[in-house]
Parts: sequence; structure tokens; C-alpha cells
Amino acid sequence: MVTLRIDGQEVKAREGSTVLEAAQEAGIYIPALCHHESVSPYGACRLCSVEVLRGGRSRVVAACLYPVEEGLEVWTNTERIIEIRRTLMELLLARCPGVKAIQELARQLGVEKTELSQEAEDCILCALCVRVCEEVVGLSALSLVNRGTKRRVATPFFEEPGNCIGCGSCAYICPTGAISMEDVGDTRIIRRWGGEARFKLKKCKVCGYYFAPEIQLEYIRKKAGLPEDYFDVCPNCRE
Amino acid sequence: MKLKSAKELEELRSRIIKERDPQKPSIAVCSGTGCHAWGCAEVTAAFKEELQRQGLDGQVTVKTTGCHGFCERGPLVVIYPQRIFYQRVKPQDVPEIVSKTILQNELIDRLLYTDPSTGQKIAYEHEVPFYKRQKRLVFGSNGLIDPQSIEDYFAIGGYAALAKALFELTSEQVLDEVKRSGLRGRGGGGFPTGRKWETCRNAPGEVKYVICNCDEGDPGAYMDRSLMEGNPHLVLEGMVIGAYAIGAHEGYIYVRNEYPLAVRNAQRAIEQAEEYGLLGEDILGSGFDFSVRINRGGGAFVCGESTALMASLEGRPGEPRAKYIHTAEKGLWNRPTNLNNVETWANVPGIILKGADWYRGLGTEGSKGTKIFSLVGKVNNTGLVEVPMGMTLREIIFDIGGGIRGGRKFKAVQTGGPSGGVIPEEFLDLPVDFDELTKVGSMMGSGGMIVMDEKTCMVDVARYFLGFLEEESCGKCVPCREGIKHMREILTRICEGRGKESDLELLERLSATLADASLCALGSTAPNPVLTTLHYFRDEYEAHIKEKRCPAGVCKELINYYVIEEKCPGCGLCVKNCPTEAIIFKGKKKPVEIDYGKCIKCGTCYDVCRLGAIEVR
Repeated sequence: MVTLRIDGQEVKAREGSTVLEAAQEAGIYIPALCHHESVSPYGACRLCSVEVLRGGRSRVVAACLYPVEEGLEVWTNTERIIEIRRTLMELLLARCPGVKAIQELARQLGVEKTELSQEAEDCILCALCVRVCEEVVGLSALSLVNRGTKRRVATPFFEEPGNCIGCGSCAYICPTGAISMEDVGDTRIIRRWGGEARFKLKKCKVCGYYFAPEIQLEYIRKKAGLPEDYFDVCPNCRE
Repeated sequence: MKLKSAKELEELRSRIIKERDPQKPSIAVCSGTGCHAWGCAEVTAAFKEELQRQGLDGQVTVKTTGCHGFCERGPLVVIYPQRIFYQRVKPQDVPEIVSKTILQNELIDRLLYTDPSTGQKIAYEHEVPFYKRQKRLVFGSNGLIDPQSIEDYFAIGGYAALAKALFELTSEQVLDEVKRSGLRGRGGGGFPTGRKWETCRNAPGEVKYVICNCDEGDPGAYMDRSLMEGNPHLVLEGMVIGAYAIGAHEGYIYVRNEYPLAVRNAQRAIEQAEEYGLLGEDILGSGFDFSVRINRGGGAFVCGESTALMASLEGRPGEPRAKYIHTAEKGLWNRPTNLNNVETWANVPGIILKGADWYRGLGTEGSKGTKIFSLVGKVNNTGLVEVPMGMTLREIIFDIGGGIRGGRKFKAVQTGGPSGGVIPEEFLDLPVDFDELTKVGSMMGSGGMIVMDEKTCMVDVARYFLGFLEEESCGKCVPCREGIKHMREILTRICEGRGKESDLELLERLSATLADASLCALGSTAPNPVLTTLHYFRDEYEAHIKEKRCPAGVCKELINYYVIEEKCPGCGLCVKNCPTEAIIFKGKKKPVEIDYGKCIKCGTCYDVCRLGAIEVR
């Protein structure tokens, strides 16, 4: 364990963990949009910027990536940091003016409006969907393509992804609702990537509830080496 | 033939030198990228043909060399042993050069360089003012060797530094020498090279890598390219020495595929070095192994950033990652990796051969040695110049660069590439080194130096660089991707006369966030052109915003071209050159008229008029 100070408060953290993790453990709030505990840190939104003091010198770093170290002094709410977060929220608000989650976080950080030119995007390119599909699901049905302002999330060749199992992890993790998912009768619909993808759902033999996409269950079954009839019954009825 | 010891290398070197008659006439045709654009390949072919025709092909050598640096006057030809300097040589000049200069030792007046300040013709390369003021430690050998010939490199002492490092020094001593030399990274950051090596050397791990960064992509900069094209063995030798000091056995040269000549010459150099046992297993019989591979980049500017370069080398998209843990500890494939720029590597053999004390004797307190600059823009002598650290901007731009083109007035110089700063006239006497440039808001960067005259609009310049960076941003982090875009938009509207007074404060606010919060240096330094022009030329921004006026006469929306009737004799030159037929000829001795409905404000009339009868305001 290492000991550091965050906003004057002494915090103990696991060696190899990040400042953001240490702050979260200690109940100190640092805003972040591209961070999620189930995927590796990325450092794209920069909202978790904090000031660290080392050897008398102050430096702005991304808390989600900065490793804790003994004696480190961290300040999460200095004037400089507040100004950075506000400007970042202004940039995001200009990109996604219609997104509720962005509007709310902006308001929370003291940004009501922006004089920057506005777009009508709903994706902030945090890449959580891309990372969860790669790191957790293990499929990489999505990827980031192009560079700079032309960057976007896309499926291979902008077509319906051949290897997507309709698990919905991307929709679940998306902080802006840019990816949406809906189960209608025996069909799951995931909307994004310039269109929608439909998946046939499996019906539980016991309760009759459509509980998950058939190809997702097949993927899990094969990966875990489960018997062929394992998913004939939904997890609730299996108990 | 694999060389098995330092002695065998020295024997080979003596043999090569002995076989070469220093008095034998040798024609060196610069075949760098600039001279290629001037048509040097045809000149070389003409020499070979003419020598054969006159039956001289055995008695005179024709050498295609790397870039000499004076690109402005290409194609360049230097005739040894006298070092006669001919410029702007055309294939038609070749028979005369052979008949007169080679055979009769006679100078051809029209091919000599004229010093514009004295009007004097200059016969010898070393007397040309452009070269005279330089100190070409690294770049000087370019003109002496054929970059595709390792024998040429041996003949000028090549690989002697490597032999010294391997047999006379321990790896600690090599490291110590580089540390003591004060060499700082030439790629941009100016990090002490020895310290980086030391971190990498001490980092735990069996496998370590060294990388040569040849991804230079700044608009107007081409010194790394020219070194790699013109003297690849010098870079390779530096890399082997570095690898020995660090304890690395594998190296990569990351070079953009847009530099085909650099790729080819580096590849050839690796093959030759392997053939002679200077790369590969048991180098010179020392027991030290090191191999180098070339990795061709796709030409993204951001791949010059070390972590993005390593991601690209690993086969992933070239996007940077945080460097809170240095790449010297966890770099390529998470292993300790030492990355240096081409010019940094090329400095190493000299330091090892002549010692750290000699090297420390050059330059300033905090910046040792020399630096190669790519001197471009509105300067008379564009080209590559190598000067000791600490030379003033004035000396570089006026004494070496020959001052401003067309007799115009100097306005500013932008150093350090697209994310460097713009430095105004008041700092012309600034000694150029890493720290001094940073003090005035710019940076050394990789050594780009773009000279601007009074006809350059500072708002437009800032807009141009931000536009470049917007296109080259990888788009990963919000401040860089979104921030640069908005800053470019604001600058564009100021240039178009739609700026608001609050825009300047907005630019400053965005700049602060970009500088503080960006993931990598592309974003954090992107505001530099804006901040420095705002600081030094605020009145120009204000003129655009408040008076809707572009003082330099550049921003099209804010200017018009006018005919000064008293000065216009109706010669019709502008009429002939106008691309949109917007100038109406009114008869001889009558001033022309501009049809503003057709005028696209391209400025051609202004440029072609010899009488100053066209005005822009």
C-alpha cells in the first residue's frame, strides 16, 4: 500500500492503482466520462484532470492514468482544474448539445451554454463501446476509424458487423445514449452505426420469457464448454 | 566480407584510402530531395554521358551525394579536389564543364554563385557565405560521400567511433561520455540524451529496444530526411553505439514511406553494414549483437510522437498514450525502449570519437553542439543550415540566409514546426538554443525555421498551423480534437472579417486548456502559434476584428487590389497574367482597370507588376 494525499486528505491505495481509483475508494468525486472499471483506462475525455505536486512542481495529469506513488500530493478542485473541466464540458456541449448526460454534467460543473459553434452529435468518442467489446466481450465488432475531427466509431467497412452477438454491452456502457438497445417481442434491436442490427431472442422453455439473443447464448455456451441444452432455460428459472 | 576486429576495419580503411587518388577529379552532384526537384538526375546522366563521349570515364569520378544544404541554388555541383562550386547547373552546361573546368581548370563564370550583398562571384564552396558561417559537424559529410557506398563512409573515417566504443570503452564509459557531452534530443523535446539512455539501461528487463525516429513531418522541415538520405551510415553507427551503451540488441528505424529515398538508402546501409559485420551477431568480433529493421510509417504527423510511433510499430493505430511511465522503462511492447531522433543519433559517433569535452566546447551553457535548421520561407537562401547552438536568429536569417526575399522587411520567424511559436523582430538577436526559444514562447522543436516578411498576415499564419494540426490530430482526446477545431474556426472567422472582440479571450481560454489537459504534446503545444501571435501581434488581430482590415494585405475577404493610375503605363503585363480576365486593357499609355466582379484577389497582378502600380489594401 502507498499513502498519498488527495485534497489534503490522507488516502491509502494499492500499489499500481491510479489516482482516480484511489480517490473513488476514498469517496472523493472526480468527474470522468471515458472511464469504466471494467475496461482499461484510456485518458480521452480529460475530465478527470487533477493537479499533482511533486518536488514542489505542479502538473496537470489525467487521474485515470496517473499511478499512485508514496507521498504524492493531489488536488482535484483547484481553480486551474475547475477552469479546465469547464472548458472541456463546453467543448463536449458544443459537440453534443442535445445529449442529456452532457447537459447535466455541464450544468453540474457550472457550464450552462457555449459560444462555440455547435454540432448535432451524440457520440463523444470515449471509446467505451470499442473497449468493452474488445476487452470484456472479446469480439471487437466495433472500432474507431479515421483521425482527428473525422474520427468515429464504426463497424468493419461500415457494414452490419458479422461477429456482433447482440449482447448489448456497448449500449449498456455508452455514457451518452448514442447506442440504444430495445427488445421487442422475440427481437433485440441495437441502433447505431448508421442503422440498426436485429437479433433473434431465445425463449425460456419454462417461463416463456425472451431472455437473450440466440447467438450470444451460443457464443457463451461454446466458450464455456456448456451442454447444448444449457440455455434452453433462462437463468431465473434454472435456480 | 565480415570484419572480425577493429584492426581489420582499419586495414580495410587504409586500403580504400590508398586506392583513391585525392588529386583525381571528382564531380559531386547533389542528389538530395531539393536538387532532385531541380532536375539533378538529368545532370548526373549528362556528366556520365559526356565523360564517356570524351573518353574520360576512367579518369574522372561522378558521385551522386546526399543533400549539401543550399537547396535554393540547385542543382549543385562541386568539383573536387579544388571544391569548385557550380549552382543552377543544367544538363546543357555539362559538356562545357567537362571541356573547360575538368580538362583546362577553367572556371565558368555564369555557373558561379554571386554574393548578392557584394555582387562578387564566388568560385569555391567553402567561400560561399551560406556555408562559411556554418559549423557542419553532422551534415558536412553529406557532400563528400555517395550515401549508397559504405566504402565512401569508411574513407572518411566511418565506424571508427563504433570500434572505439566496442574495444576501448566499456558500455558505462560510452554512456558517461554521452551524458557528459550535454547532448539533448534533437527531435523536439530537448531531453538530455544520456539521461534517457541511462534510464533505459537501468530499467529491468532482458529485452530492450532502440528506435530511430525518422517520421519528421513538420511543414517545411526536411533535415532528418536529408541526413537519412545523405549519410545513413552515420545514423546507423550512432544507433549501434547507443545500443551498446544501453544493452539493446534490436533496433528499429521508423521512417515515413513518403521518404522513399531515405527508406532505400537506409535499407541499403543496413545490408552493407551487415555484410561487413558492423550489424548483426558478434559485431567486429566484439561479442556484441545488434540488428536493425526498418519500419515504414504511413505519414501521420502524430506518429512522430514517441508513444504513437511505438503503437504504430506494434501494428496498432498511431495514437499516443500517457507517458507517466517513461517509454525508456515501458515502451515498445511494454519493454524498455530508447527512442532518439535521426539527428540525435548522428551526433553520437562524433562525441565518442572526439570526446565529451570537445563537444561541450560547442554551443551554450544549456545546449551543446550544433543544430540543423531547415531555413525556409521568405528568405533568400533557403536550405538546410547547421550552426552552433547559440548563434543568433539574425546571423542565421541574414548572414547565412541572405536576408529577406525581394528586399522586403523581416516580420517574424516561426521556429519549431507547426506547434512552435512566432518570434518577432525585437528578438532577432536571441541566441538560438533550447531554453532561449522556450523563453520567448516558441521552441526548438525539430528545427524548422520559417521566415516571414511584412506581407505575411499573422492571423492567417496561426490559422494555417492550426488547420494543419487539426488535420493531424489523432482525435483521441477531447481538448486536442475539439479544441483545435474550434480555435481554427475562430481564427478563420477573424480572417474573414467576422471576428468578435470576445474571440481573443476565447482563444486564450481554449489555449490554456489545450496546453494543460491534452494527452500528448501535439495538443499541448498546438496553441503556441496562436498565443505567440496574439502576444506579439495583437494589433493585427484587432485590426481584423475592429476595423475589418488585414494590415499585411493577405486575408482575401478584407482586401482589394487597386490600380494606381499615375504609375500604370498600360503595359498589359497584368492583363496577360490575370487568370480570370478581370483586368481590362484600356489601350497603350492608359491605366488598366480592375473588374471587381471577376477579381478573385489572387494577387497575380500585384506580383507581376514591375512598376508598383498595383496596390493592395
